[in-house]
Amino acid sequence: MSGLVAIFRKEMNNFFVSPIAYTVIACFLVIAGFFFWANLSLLSLVSLQAANDPSISGRINLTDVVIRPLIQNMSIVLLFLIPLLTMRLFSEERKSGTIELLLTYPVNDLGIVLGKFLAAVCVFLIMMGCTLSFALIMLTIGSFDIGVFLSSYLGLILMGASFIALGVFISSVTENQIVAAAASFGAALMFWIISWTSSFTGQTMGAIIRQASIIERLDSFLKGVITLSDVTYFVFFTAFFLFLSFRSIETQRWRG
Amino acid sequence: MIEVTGLTKQYGNLTAIKDVSFSVNAGEIVGFLGPNGAGKTTTMRILTCFTPATSGTVRISGMDVSEDSMSVRSKIGYLPENVPLYNWMRVSGYLEFVTRVKGVASSVRHDEIDRVSSIVGIQDVQTKLIRWLSKGYRQRLGLAQALIGDPPIIVLDEPTIGLDPRQIREIRNLIKSFALNKTVILSSHILPEVSQICSRVIIINKGAIVAEDTPENLITGSGKAARVQVTLRGPEHESKQLLSSLKGVSSVKTINPFHDGMVTLNVEMDRGHDVRAQLARSVIEKDWDLLELKSIDVSLEDVFIDLVTEESNDIQIRENSVEKEVA
Repeated sequence: MSGLVAIFRKEMNNFFVSPIAYTVIACFLVIAGFFFWANLSLLSLVSLQAANDPSISGRINLTDVVIRPLIQNMSIVLLFLIPLLTMRLFSEERKSGTIELLLTYPVNDLGIVLGKFLAAVCVFLIMMGCTLSFALIMLTIGSFDIGVFLSSYLGLILMGASFIALGVFISSVTENQIVAAAASFGAALMFWIISWTSSFTGQTMGAIIRQASIIERLDSFLKGVITLSDVTYFVFFTAFFLFLSFRSIETQRWRG
Repeated sequence: MIEVTGLTKQYGNLTAIKDVSFSVNAGEIVGFLGPNGAGKTTTMRILTCFTPATSGTVRISGMDVSEDSMSVRSKIGYLPENVPLYNWMRVSGYLEFVTRVKGVASSVRHDEIDRVSSIVGIQDVQTKLIRWLSKGYRQRLGLAQALIGDPPIIVLDEPTIGLDPRQIREIRNLIKSFALNKTVILSSHILPEVSQICSRVIIINKGAIVAEDTPENLITGSGKAARVQVTLRGPEHESKQLLSSLKGVSSVKTINPFHDGMVTLNVEMDRGHDVRAQLARSVIEKDWDLLELKSIDVSLEDVFIDLVTEESNDIQIRENSVEKEVA
């Protein structure tokens, strides 16, 4: 346990001593901010038009025009940025040889994996926390569905944690950071777009693919629906890849 | 303290070490000696719980490395080859990380860092980034992290590699100083180092132990006879004949051929014979000038080269015979 905390602290230090965390967070906030501003401007434009047409004014609200598209856009940006947070977690240690010392300290492999995973999750949460300023801005200009907002954030956070676990695993397999980033991005994207094939892969296969797809899961969170199966999906996704990372470290011991 | 029996490690088809057995008592400094790729690092990695053995057991203070891995790890301080450190950390931050990860109680954490820093002499670089440390300081920091938590066993893989002669001496003295109350295993391919620091030497080649003894015993028991180097003013051929005719001389070789009336010869003596006095007398009797008579010690290096090349000669012969059979 103390080992886990030590590794968590070390990784947090690495994120914030180096420019990694600042760069990733800044990129994310600039892009998310841009989408927020664009969606908000769109809202003000359509509400002007809607003033003349009462039939559509009922359908224009912050939740549908701003929050939902914003969360969708943020989830795609995360797809690109999370691999950058996770790519060095194990790859760097393998490349520089520090993994040899780390694995001979009295910390078990699971503690090492969890320490690194939690550090990346923590940076991710800080990043998401910064975007709460958007909610404060929206509160000053009108009302929106807080429930949908919270469930969307929960969905995003669960998805982010899953991608981080996936990234941790891929980083543990290679000692090249670029390979780790590219492979994590590719793998995450596959889970993202796989549902597109469900329409032509037949009924059974299509159902399986839809179950595996991240985008379908995230959709229900965006509608404000939190189901047990969606939450379990992300929790299992995360646990599965953390387990694989743990195993991957163990096999590396055997290979020396 | 350390009991190793029948240790074998295979990487796929490659056998890194094969049936290695040895034991180390508490308080000993044992040197692992061998050419590169002999299996020194593999053995150390198994001792330190970095990699599991394919077969065989290692017991440290009675605990098996595979069963009680965690308690074994807290008893061992390890410095891998090439000293892997986190370059982006500051020295003090790194040492603090090591105290945390080794589970040093928070109340004594800073005392422990101070204690270890003063042993290895890195107090004045505490605020420096590890990236900017010189090779010598990196090595010291590597030793420092191994010493944190005061483990009774220290395992050092090539601790002086890549250092300049002055730094090598400093590191050696450091090892000797803290070895008073610790068990130390170090590997090296630098022979004088091992004979200076270690109380016992294990010579390992091609994954197997070829010799194990104190440096002194290895030298005397090697079968290598003592040699003397003689420089005299006299004819080369005659003097060679004269010296070889002396009782107890096994061979005479020319080192510097006849030049300006002088010749330098290398005289190898049979074991247990000291022919120096007799040699000097016979040269004088011939009325030649004896200019220099110098006895040459057999070094651990000779023993080592002998042991290591003997093996490869065997293999060479075997390979040749196989080739012949094939032909």
